[in-house]
Amino acid sequence: MDNRKTRILVVDDEEIVRESMAGWLEKDGYTVATAPDGPTAVERLRAEPWSILLVDLKMPGMDGLGVLEEARKLRPDAVVVIMTAYATVDTAVTAMKMGAFDYLVKPFDPEELSLLTQKIVAQQALARENILLRKVLKREYRFRDLLSNSPKMHAVFDLARVAARSHSTILVQGESGTGKELLARAIHVESPRSTGPFVAVSCAALTETLLESELFGHEKGAFTGAVSRRKGKFEAAHGGTLFLDEIGDVSPKLQLDLLRVLEERRFSRVGGTESIQVDVRIIAATNRDLKKALEDGRFREDLYYRLNVIPITLPPLRQRREDLPLLVEHFLEHLGVELGRKLEAVSAEGMRLLTAHDWPGNVRELRNVLERAAVVASGPILDVADLGLLEVHTEERQGSEGLASLEEVERRHIAEVLRRTGGNVSHAARILGIDRVTLYSKIKRYELRKEPESGT
Amino acid sequence: MEEVRAQVERVLRYPARVWTSPERPVDTLDPARGQHLSTRILRWLLAARPPEADRVVAVTDVDLFIPVLTFVFGEAQLRGSAAVVSTARLRSNPGAPSADPRVVTARVAKECIHELGHTFGLIHCDDPRCVMARSVSVPQVDAKGGALCRDCRIRLEESRREVGGPHG
Repeated sequence: MDNRKTRILVVDDEEIVRESMAGWLEKDGYTVATAPDGPTAVERLRAEPWSILLVDLKMPGMDGLGVLEEARKLRPDAVVVIMTAYATVDTAVTAMKMGAFDYLVKPFDPEELSLLTQKIVAQQALARENILLRKVLKREYRFRDLLSNSPKMHAVFDLARVAARSHSTILVQGESGTGKELLARAIHVESPRSTGPFVAVSCAALTETLLESELFGHEKGAFTGAVSRRKGKFEAAHGGTLFLDEIGDVSPKLQLDLLRVLEERRFSRVGGTESIQVDVRIIAATNRDLKKALEDGRFREDLYYRLNVIPITLPPLRQRREDLPLLVEHFLEHLGVELGRKLEAVSAEGMRLLTAHDWPGNVRELRNVLERAAVVASGPILDVADLGLLEVHTEERQGSEGLASLEEVERRHIAEVLRRTGGNVSHAARILGIDRVTLYSKIKRYELRKEPESGT
Repeated sequence: MEEVRAQVERVLRYPARVWTSPERPVDTLDPARGQHLSTRILRWLLAARPPEADRVVAVTDVDLFIPVLTFVFGEAQLRGSAAVVSTARLRSNPGAPSADPRVVTARVAKECIHELGHTFGLIHCDDPRCVMARSVSVPQVDAKGGALCRDCRIRLEESRREVGGPHG
């Protein structure tokens, strides 16, 4: 038996207890160390990893519960067993509630100690195996930060892996929140340009003039406010990848400029004459139907074909509902770390609700719903009530009580549209029938922060 | 005791002799428990043993304990030179008055070999027939054999080469 990897720390203020206990455990082949008091135990916890802590409950200064509390924080994987005299069993029960694995009432039967340590070692081995298997499984189910069980997404991953090796321009299409930027980043990391920069530009967020200067840079005095020369994103992305998000929102003039860069791989800064050559891999993305924009004459055909060298379409979440359990698990794991809380799962009824939902905002919407639910949930299981947002729309009100002002209705409606579009301002502005600048000012006025990009 | 000595010598391949100590350890009895603290006996043994002995295993009829456990059959220093075995619990069968003296001798011999095995650095063995298998009850002592399994025998030889055997 190879028990050497199991590291046991015996914490007791009595030397004879430490010595005899350590001697007993060493004969089972465990690696054993001892600590005479709480603070020394905490020091050892901080310095090295431990598998099992056998801690005496009653010690002067920091007692066993204090050590248990520190151990839960410093080494959450370590199993803590509290040793107690008969008179303090109540406290031992408290220790169990605080996260102790078990308690032993002194003096205990030799067989009891042997069985308990064997049980812990077996459980820890299983837990390790479980973690390992999950990792292996996830590697199969993922392409960098994108996670999926669905054959549609696996086809996307396969195509992306091949595309990553080439220098060709890639056009990523997909609804808001399907993970277009994550895919672009993953392709960059998998590509031979991974050591170069990855530069992302949202073409919808800026006015034509600003976007032009953002992309190509400008010379000093090129326009009012251009107080110094500035490099653009094309130059910043030299040797790497330039991600042009929401390419479908680019004005006709800029479409022409982009076409020239794609054709000649050179351009001039705004207000400049010097021709600058760059080595940049372009990944463009859009949530619009570019083919339709082409037919409507809103998008240049020649630019479309320049961009559409390798087209990759990310399916919406409603077409890969089988991914919900995997994504929920992934997000809960991350949110748990972010919020510093234990988040185990979404209840069965909650999962039913999530599966029934249409997810117009896709994976980003799912993440937002889970984040909100994690914040309001009181325990480690997220229930229907915590996900409540999904059922808000069926609410019907009676009488005049609770009726909102016009301003309040506007605020709520904008928030709802932004939520449903996954925070995509251009998309939301189109639905609301107002321009982006107006929408931005309303977002600011109503303090509706634009949700950050976080699809998976 | 002669039978126990012969078994120890045969299994561990180490010359052994019986020595009767003229003294007895003091301060080992816990009056509240009516048992003797084996860890203290080991400490005494280290000082009281005959100087020519590489290893010493004490055999006593008093019941032994270590503070956290209800009892122990014996205790040894891992890779040390002292061990102690109690016959108190080995003399009786659970639920029966007293065992056949030959059975008791066999149990005492197994426990002496087991504890001395620890002084040679042997740890508990997964082979239930090996004398180094963990035994915390009389039936477990009876169930295991009196000899070392092949792996433990090899480990014992290695350990003796490292520390130097009786003739090396």
